[in-house]
Amino acid sequence: MQANKVYLYPVWVRLWHLSNALLCLLLIFTGVSMQYASAESPFIRFDIAVSIHNLCGILLTVSYLAFIIGNLTTGNGKYYRQRIKGYFKEIMQQARYYSYGMFVGEPAPFKINEERKFNPIQKLTYILIMYVALPFIFITGWALLFPEFIVTRLFQFGGITLTSLLHAMLGFLVSLFLIIHVYFCTIGHTVGSNFKSMINGYHETHN
Amino acid sequence: MIKRLITGKQLMITVFTGILLVFFSVFSVVSQEKANQLSEESLKCLECHGGAHYTLSDTASGDEVKLSMYRELRVDPLQLAGSTHGMFKCTDCHSSDYETTPHPVSVKFESKYACIDCHGGDEAYASFKFETIEEEYGKSVHAELLGDDFSCWSCHNPHYYKLSKDIPIVDRVAVDNEMCLQCHGNEIKFSDLTERELPILIDKHDWLPNQTLHFKKVRCIDCHAQQNDSIMVAHLIKPSSQAINDCVKCHSTNSILVSSLYKHEVAQQRNEAGFYNGIIMNQAYLISANRNYFLNIASIVVFGLTLLAIAVHAYFRTRKSTSNASK
Ligand code: HEM
Repeated sequence: MQANKVYLYPVWVRLWHLSNALLCLLLIFTGVSMQYASAESPFIRFDIAVSIHNLCGILLTVSYLAFIIGNLTTGNGKYYRQRIKGYFKEIMQQARYYSYGMFVGEPAPFKINEERKFNPIQKLTYILIMYVALPFIFITGWALLFPEFIVTRLFQFGGITLTSLLHAMLGFLVSLFLIIHVYFCTIGHTVGSNFKSMINGYHETHN
Repeated sequence: MIKRLITGKQLMITVFTGILLVFFSVFSVVSQEKANQLSEESLKCLECHGGAHYTLSDTASGDEVKLSMYRELRVDPLQLAGSTHGMFKCTDCHSSDYETTPHPVSVKFESKYACIDCHGGDEAYASFKFETIEEEYGKSVHAELLGDDFSCWSCHNPHYYKLSKDIPIVDRVAVDNEMCLQCHGNEIKFSDLTERELPILIDKHDWLPNQTLHFKKVRCIDCHAQQNDSIMVAHLIKPSSQAINDCVKCHSTNSILVSSLYKHEVAQQRNEAGFYNGIIMNQAYLISANRNYFLNIASIVVFGLTLLAIAVHAYFRTRKSTSNASK
């Protein structure tokens, strides 16, 4: 089968994605290490974990702003826009493909090209992660960097407790996304071809 | 035509403001202070010692003169009434010669009591373990370096002293740290006791992230004193070189704060609903010390299921590709 190549990932997207992925990984490792810190078995020494986590959080915010600005000023933003009408049906079609069609050799229901970079499920997860989860994780994370601005009490709970809880839950969600994301990236022309696209910019399609 | 009373936009704004208001309302618990009735005799002393000025009158000529009362000799009547010892009359502890005004020189020779003088061997107060406290204090830096220049009263103001278990934790931290700062944050008082230069506390603690928050939420003694399980509040304050500066001593499920700052609360109620250190969590958020057992399990299950789903999916994929290959 001949692979067609479409240039879908401009240099800035690749650079952003690289920094984003590395920072997220560091944040997850240090975050988990702090959450489960103990005197007997420190995974990463607590104070070091705190410093790395703070630094990476700040850098990730910067990298995220670059992503937003990039999406606003270049054509990449259009891949993240979605009409609600008919979307659910598209998602179900893609879900059927992932859970059944691809095992019996059906062709992918949505062709990837310059108009459509992501399939409907990919798009949904990217929108949710990039435009919902990450903004909230930034807000709560920055609040925890300057805890004196957080309301002290909300009903019977401490404001910092609630903020931290939300932050940790979102971190958990992003970690979950990361695992699923990397796995789904192996579903391409070949297992490695999507990873190659993120290096050379060219997406390989099946036909 | 029916005029709409409220437009959609107004409604949205109202609802949004409502939600914000609910979110940001800060609930504060007003603690009810129990005040003692000051004795008649104490009130008499407080006529002069209770404020910034007192009036001295010459009984022969009838002349009156308004004088200022030195700060060290003043006692705030309200705080005295609210304190643990407020119901005592002044001469229960002070020389009865004070009953004469102006006070005679003999009052200068009165013997001053330390805690142990009243509470030592006292059955009613056995649970406070004053003997152990005395012993621990004897080994502290203050006792070792300053000897007789330092005593219980250097930290505990006898007129205002209050049992910390009756004070909400945030206030307890403030009250307790204030004791240390009386000298460690005041060059003049510090220099009364030692030739050493007053260390700048902010600089000394610059290794500690979120200093302000730490200082508001934990006491100096939580890191600077050696804990002793048999007494409620540690009194063996150690040289600063031996203070705790290992984050995980507090930031872990077996946080030392459980046996120091939160001791009273922990003794009163048991952890509930699977929360590690649920008591601390009601007051402060302590990274790593506040965990929920069930949430931990739930997150492991969710991760496990995700990995399992991926494995199953990968299995069907590889089966398909091998069957394709064999075709
Ligand atoms: C080890 C970590 C990661 C690897 C190996 C990885 C891999 C990839 C690959 C191969 C692609 C291209 C395929 C596609 O467009 O779907 C991609 C795209 C993408 N990834 Fe990741 N990723 C990682 C981490 C992350 C993280 C942590 C996030 C977000 C929090 C993320 C968000 C995205 C987004 C939004 C795109 C689409 C970018 C665009 O073209 O506009 N990735 N990733």
